[in-house]
Amino acid sequence: MSAVDTCFIIICAMLVMLMTPALALFYGGLVRSRNVLSTTMHSFSLLGIVSILWLLIGYSLAFGPDVGGIIGDLSHVALKNVGLEASGYAASIPSVLFMAFQCMFAVLTIALASGAYAERIHFPAMLLFSALWLIFIYCPMAHWVWGKGWLGEMGALDFAGGAVVHMTSGAVALASAHVLGPRLDLRQGQIAPHNLPMTILGGGLLWFGWFGFNAGSALSAGELSAHALVTTHMAAAAGILGWMLIEWKHMGKPTTLGAVSGALAGLVAITPAAGFVEVLPATLIGLVGGMVCYAGVLLKNRLGYDDALDVVGIHGVGGTWGALATGLFASKAVNGVDGLVYGNPHQLFIQFVSVVATWAFAYTVARILLYAVNAVVGLRAKPESERVGLDISEHNERAYHI
Amino acid sequence: MKKIEAIVRPSKVDEIKTALGTLGVHGMTLIEVNGFGRQRGYREVYRGSSRDVQFVPKVKLEIMVHDESLEEILSVIITTARTGEVGDGKICILPIEDVIRIRTGERGNEAL
Repeated sequence: MSAVDTCFIIICAMLVMLMTPALALFYGGLVRSRNVLSTTMHSFSLLGIVSILWLLIGYSLAFGPDVGGIIGDLSHVALKNVGLEASGYAASIPSVLFMAFQCMFAVLTIALASGAYAERIHFPAMLLFSALWLIFIYCPMAHWVWGKGWLGEMGALDFAGGAVVHMTSGAVALASAHVLGPRLDLRQGQIAPHNLPMTILGGGLLWFGWFGFNAGSALSAGELSAHALVTTHMAAAAGILGWMLIEWKHMGKPTTLGAVSGALAGLVAITPAAGFVEVLPATLIGLVGGMVCYAGVLLKNRLGYDDALDVVGIHGVGGTWGALATGLFASKAVNGVDGLVYGNPHQLFIQFVSVVATWAFAYTVARILLYAVNAVVGLRAKPESERVGLDISEHNERAYHI
Repeated sequence: MKKIEAIVRPSKVDEIKTALGTLGVHGMTLIEVNGFGRQRGYREVYRGSSRDVQFVPKVKLEIMVHDESLEEILSVIITTARTGEVGDGKICILPIEDVIRIRTGERGNEAL
């Protein structure tokens, strides 16, 4: 047990917690003013429900003793035997702290997907779906990669959640956009962000929180956490430049929303790689991340799904690029594993398998859960509720009285 | 008595008000409006998708004037509001049947 490591991870857990309210600001600014509170609730209510479910069962399913490489068993239900002694995952911090750190990841991941169904989901359906996908998608995914499950045992590299957090939420987002269908007003071209300064504030806070997310994923305060902080920052910086350059070329002018989206794209892309690649490759991963996510966002217009706030384009595409890039640029000098560039093509193959498995599993199960929730409570708000706005129709309140 | 309704560029409002102040115009009403004419709208871009905004923000000034000062006031509005580009706006002149100053009950020219 180390007091320094414990102190460091406490701070990182707090930073990752902040990312969910930051996401509420980021997403809240992107919707129309009639939906800003409902969009905020799609993040904030999950701090409630996901945290409690994590305590009761989620942690045990994800990080309990392995059952067949697929799922954790029930030995840590309601935090049984999760106390002040170290866990098998981090030798120098109390297992209860490891549980709390991972809890913040679970909350954020479920909230990330909410960008896809914003402005049209019925609130009870959103709560039920979130609870179900935590249990049936997030917990298995976290177990496969980090909880001694089959992907991690196969050698798949995912430092801070490129697959578990970003690809998974991206795949769930795609399923949500498919099953819910487009927003009613989408074709009239009347939908625009109502408060971009709020989005930029949220984006800035996400970047700040990401230092806890990635550096903290070293699970100790040492060389690796310092390295992850640097790769994270440089990838975000390069992501701004990547998005800005390609948007400038494509649309004639660089936008502020593009700059903040590019930073997030760089952050998403570096998440799986932060503790495995050198700083220069990390910068390249961020730069390309900004570019491929720009293309990823445009994809929805081509393919015709209404991923309202571009979860697929940024988290799905950026997470996929990051997972593959980890297989390209991982270096033994950083964390013991080489990628393709250093003469180990097999690592890229493993990463590819993790990409296919994550998308296929998360997308398929999400669709099943969405159909089930629709049958029980009805997924979509009524058309008149959607037109009035979910703030009034689902929550009886209005954000602005000016 | 005439009522002038001038739809102008928001950026020109201060200049117009200052110029009219020197003429002794001591009252006007300002309304923020949105509309389109030959200028049409403009384009906004969010994450690579563009969106055409049909209604451009303008300001509508309403001024009640005596018949004899009408032309002078109009010419001041025209010279200060004009840039020469499409989108300078329009002025509309309406006859007023009567005016009442609520505080005193005065009517007609006395009330202007």
